[in-house]
Amino acid sequence: MAHSNKRVPMNHVIGFILSLAMTLVAAWAAIGSDLPVRWVIIGIMILALLQAGVQLFMFMHVTEAESGNGHVPWNMMFHGFALAGIIVAGSLFTMSFGFDHNHGGDGGEQQHEQQHEQQDHSGH
Amino acid sequence: MHITDILVTGEPIIYGAMVSMALVGIALLFLLTYFKKWGWLWREWLTTVDHKKIGVMYILSALLMLFRGGVDAMMMRVQLAFPDLGFLNSQHYNEIFTTHGTIMIIFMAMPFLIGLMNIIVPLQIGARDFAFPYLNALSFWSFFFGMALFNISFVIGGSPEAGWTSYTPLSGAAMSPGPGQNFYLMGLQLSGIGTLATGINLMVTILKMRAPGMKLFHMPIFTWSTLVTCFIIVFAFPILTVALALLTIDRIFGAQFFTLTGEGLPMMWANLFWMWGHPEVYIVILPAFGIFSEIIATFAKKRLFGYHAMVWSMIIIALLSFLVWVHHFFTMGAGAFVNSVFSISTMLIAVPTGVKIFNWLATLYKSKIEFTVPMLWSLAFIPSFILGGVTGVMLGMAAADYQFHNSYFLIAHFHYVLIAGTVFACFAGLVFWYPKMFGHKMNERLGKWAFWLFFFGFHVCFFPQYFLGLDGMPRRLFITNVVEWLPLNVISTVGAFGMGLGFIVFVYNVYYSFRYSERETTGDSWNGNGRTLEWATTTPVPYYNFATVPYVDEIDPYVRMKEEGKTTYEESKVKPIHMPSYTGQPFIMMAFLGLASFGLVFEWMYVAVFGLLGGIIMMIRRSFDYDDGYYVPVDEIKRTEKKARGL
Repeated sequence: MAHSNKRVPMNHVIGFILSLAMTLVAAWAAIGSDLPVRWVIIGIMILALLQAGVQLFMFMHVTEAESGNGHVPWNMMFHGFALAGIIVAGSLFTMSFGFDHNHGGDGGEQQHEQQHEQQDHSGH
Repeated sequence: MHITDILVTGEPIIYGAMVSMALVGIALLFLLTYFKKWGWLWREWLTTVDHKKIGVMYILSALLMLFRGGVDAMMMRVQLAFPDLGFLNSQHYNEIFTTHGTIMIIFMAMPFLIGLMNIIVPLQIGARDFAFPYLNALSFWSFFFGMALFNISFVIGGSPEAGWTSYTPLSGAAMSPGPGQNFYLMGLQLSGIGTLATGINLMVTILKMRAPGMKLFHMPIFTWSTLVTCFIIVFAFPILTVALALLTIDRIFGAQFFTLTGEGLPMMWANLFWMWGHPEVYIVILPAFGIFSEIIATFAKKRLFGYHAMVWSMIIIALLSFLVWVHHFFTMGAGAFVNSVFSISTMLIAVPTGVKIFNWLATLYKSKIEFTVPMLWSLAFIPSFILGGVTGVMLGMAAADYQFHNSYFLIAHFHYVLIAGTVFACFAGLVFWYPKMFGHKMNERLGKWAFWLFFFGFHVCFFPQYFLGLDGMPRRLFITNVVEWLPLNVISTVGAFGMGLGFIVFVYNVYYSFRYSERETTGDSWNGNGRTLEWATTTPVPYYNFATVPYVDEIDPYVRMKEEGKTTYEESKVKPIHMPSYTGQPFIMMAFLGLASFGLVFEWMYVAVFGLLGGIIMMIRRSFDYDDGYYVPVDEIKRTEKKARGL
């Protein structure tokens, strides 16, 4: 903190411009482009991975050497991945019931059954 | 646009509130001008980066919010005890329970605890400030403007009215048009920035700035609870940020994440909300556990029993807190298997919590207890919290939850854990560390009055609500003139007013103690019972905290220091101290972002863009800010220490 050098941090400037550019491209892909939905999704996924790479290597400290407590960035990233796993797997586990994108298919019938059951209960 | 288009009109109570707010505002402006305090306000408070002053501002804001949330609670209780009086209409009732919940959790409990952490944690670990003092000021001002934004909603634009959980689709644009729900989204988003930044800031401070020799397992238990809480904050708050952003985009820009149409998933909001919301309740209870542990050890005059078990149980609670969120919506109907999994993980949390309870009891066992006011709050916490915990396990049984869900049984449960846990801890911690903050203790006699009034009021208020719940009274209900419920509701209201009275006595005690309390002469205020480093500092604490940082290689280092007749101050080792400069930038930056949020609430895009641009310009300024702080010269340190220690 005592010796901050005042030269322009080129690495950060390039990273900043890159991340802005990728965000704009992603927004264009979703709003402005005529690409099929599948390709839009794949494109955004790839851009997201690149974006994470820019953040980790140009701004965060992934390239930092190990310190006394192990490699701190990797430790924190491990926790981050674990949590992301919980969020995604947990949401799929709890939220994927009674859904079917085939409208009027099984999902509808299930709903119908549920309603039927409820009626049974109220009959007691 | 005319002013009456955005002001809330037609409610006598709100007109009254407007008038009183205007009067208080005018009185404040007048007093500041009359006593020529504007410069003082700016130099000493608005631009401060001192962790102790920021902590005091957090606590003052939290007390103000406790008042606001408490008034909301009283109004609800009046309506429920006298349903035929027509005190509130249904719309107003909805607004009040929404703001009551949101304010108490986000703008009262968290800032109160963060305020205590701000003041105490650096003192406990022998640090001179936070790792990032500028960021700390930024956190406070983002919380402050978020709080201000949320609180003006009831006079300008209308309050949010979809419950503090803001469930979609009710809170979506289709069913809650107007700015009300936007206030909730933007207020929480803005203050959430501050909470997240504080989490990172305190985590780095604790990991990197401990006194030489102090290993993690030498840290005071309150610092440990803060560290664990910071991990929960850092991992849980981004989920809320994303959920709020998605709902904001839904409402303001017409997306379909949580809507009923366009393949939106309304229940996904509940899922994301509680993925943050359950860790959130541990964010407000773990520091409370830490405070009670400190107080119980101090006044039992013993080392905390099972220190290691206490730490590990907090870590396990933190891990489990991310694995139980579905128990808030068992009735969604995800199926028996999903509910069973979360039912079991929920009950598992009772195990480490039970370990903590037994450790507190074992600390008290065969000790010579001193019944001071903070100790009374801590002793009252144990049985009261157990009542809340046991009913929590009852609610955690998925099958039984279908009966308890959204009834007053649930209301009683979470008030038992949040009030007996968090609010008791806030009062206890404030009274306990009050001499460190202000140089005098709070009056014990008035403190006991406040305690007993609040304690009895609390039980009289919430114990009957378990039975109201079992009698089938649902939460958030406006019409309650059902004959069977009326007597218990009246009793409950009496209790609520008892708590209100306790709060008034507490606040009066602040004034009374300021006028009449003896000034502290030593730093070790509680009859020399202090065990940790914060009591080794002088009172008032010098702005650099420690002239020389002591070497620490044990738990409760101050006990041994006192036995050996040592202090933390070694005159021969004084070196110039590097301190951060005060700056007004955090205040200005967050004022701009507050303006941007206000613009988004009313969907005035020009205002929003202007505020965001202002915020970005302030961030750019910060990026090219080369102020490295200043050094306190040795002479000045020696002079200050001499005066404080009476050498």
